[in-house]
Amino acid sequence: MPESRLLQGNTACAEGALAAGCRFFAGYPITPSSEIAEEMARRLPALGGVFIQMEDEIASLAAVIGAAAGGRRAMTATSGPGFSLMQEHLGYAAMAELPCVVVNVMRGGPSTGLPTGPSQADVMQARWGAHGDRPAIVLAPDSVAEVRQLTMAAFRLAERFATPVIVTYDEVVGHTRERVTEPATPAALPLRARPLPGARPYAAALDEPARLTPFGDGRRYHITGLFHDENGFPTEEPAAVEALLRRLHAKVDAHADELPVAEEISLEDAEVAVFAFGIGARAAAVAVGEARAAGLRAGLLRPRTLWPFPDEAVARAARRVSAILVAELNLGQLAGEVARAAAGACRIERLNRVDGAPITPAQVLEALRAAAVVAR
Amino acid sequence: MPHVLCPGCAHGIALRALFEAVDRLELDADRIALVAGIGCSSRLAGYADFCTLHSTHGRAPAFATGLKLARPELTVVVITGDGDGLAIGGNHLIHAARRNLDLTCLLFNNSVYGMTGGQVAPTTPLGGLASTAPGGSAEPAFDACRLLVAAGASFVARVTLYEPPVVADIVAQAIDHRGFSFVELISDCPVYYGRYNDLGEGPEMLMSMRSRDAAISQTLAGKAFVGALSASAAAPARPAGLATGILHRG
Repeated sequence: MPESRLLQGNTACAEGALAAGCRFFAGYPITPSSEIAEEMARRLPALGGVFIQMEDEIASLAAVIGAAAGGRRAMTATSGPGFSLMQEHLGYAAMAELPCVVVNVMRGGPSTGLPTGPSQADVMQARWGAHGDRPAIVLAPDSVAEVRQLTMAAFRLAERFATPVIVTYDEVVGHTRERVTEPATPAALPLRARPLPGARPYAAALDEPARLTPFGDGRRYHITGLFHDENGFPTEEPAAVEALLRRLHAKVDAHADELPVAEEISLEDAEVAVFAFGIGARAAAVAVGEARAAGLRAGLLRPRTLWPFPDEAVARAARRVSAILVAELNLGQLAGEVARAAAGACRIERLNRVDGAPITPAQVLEALRAAAVVAR
Repeated sequence: MPHVLCPGCAHGIALRALFEAVDRLELDADRIALVAGIGCSSRLAGYADFCTLHSTHGRAPAFATGLKLARPELTVVVITGDGDGLAIGGNHLIHAARRNLDLTCLLFNNSVYGMTGGQVAPTTPLGGLASTAPGGSAEPAFDACRLLVAAGASFVARVTLYEPPVVADIVAQAIDHRGFSFVELISDCPVYYGRYNDLGEGPEMLMSMRSRDAAISQTLAGKAFVGALSASAAAPARPAGLATGILHRG
């Protein structure tokens, strides 16, 4: 009989990481993410892992990447101001092809903002916050159970694609306590793919990641954030520069079907749909149920992977419904993406809440009704 | 082999000294990691046949901290410059020293940002000319060794690159020391700082290290040297009395 317990979102994040084999955490305190660091500090030593509180968020992600170079599964967690500081190193890890997991528990922003209030206002930053054409994998759980599940998945994806994976959710999901049932023994994570004998460290097919040997495991090579050749050494040769940049993107884009798919609720016969994630999706799910009970054929499209953006799922939904209501705790950061993916197949409506409180089912229901009225 | 260092740059002396130190200590090349920041001295990591991590500007001590904690059996050496380590990276250096982790930090001090064209640095002497201090630096310079002793480093030394055997010896002791070791290597930048301040070419700048290093001067008293020392009256002096040798061992 599976045991069920009351678990906080942030605690579930730490549990998911530990279940995935994370044995290195470097971080810095910041509301509303500090519980993740505290849980890791409590539990890592007994598992033979390492916890270190670094002097700032820049150093935290640097230490995580250093540990990844040494072959450890490594993670950090932060919120808006710290996430901003981590952008350079997100780009570094992407360029160097070192796997790691970065959790951003979103709070009100910009700037110091609302340290204890939720937002979803970092979702564009998660894609584009670093300079340069950085590839991005960003996962968005909406429940305590899913925080644990997607954090666990993040480690597998980080190693599969040899790139940092961001797990992001709002402060409400992070601080909510929900009943969680103990899972069956999690499937063993595949070990980092071993390099082929004699292979150059950064030699890979056009749509595959580099396979790096952890430092100390018997292969000596150079890792750099400069553009580099297949040996890892810096190069400015135009063909090599372009080839590397395109491979860093192709290795993810060509295999985006391996990323967590969007959840679809009642979309088959829907006339209007909500596009929402995180706590907004929890409210939307309730609103969709209430709408259906009142005779309005509503549905919910809930992305679990924000980036690469779920173009196909949105396009499919757009062809079915007359309107998609994009509900976000920000000023509309993903509405443009939804509109792009919908490509004119339906209207796009927006529900934006930016006052530090979560979107409510009543708000979504009202917006759905308004969207449906226009459609008719 | 091709490299990015300018003619007359002394940085290569330290790289060779590092190799000699590794040799003397009979370390396993597979278990040595160099973690470098950004700058001319940090490019040296790419010329060494170890596991080498060319990281980001100022952050090498933080990368090295993660690597060392993840793989304690590795010998981890941080390579940084005066701008990389004392400006943008000052805080990371301070905390790495405070933690007294078993890392060795080699800081190449040539009083300027060389890679980017000769801008002023926190180690540029007062009055020194640089591309962003065209009227002479208006700020006092750091004493890196005093800073690192205060921060908690348990081995602190300063050497000039004028005397390669001394450098190799100090670097070997630093690597061998268990705890945070810091070695400030007085180097030069003839193409930028030297040119802006009329300090001559590489050989002259190297020789001026000799004349300003009290300990070396004493040992060389009476010996002949080749080449002219050129130091114009307007050239700024390195702060008088910068001690060299092992300055602190905790």
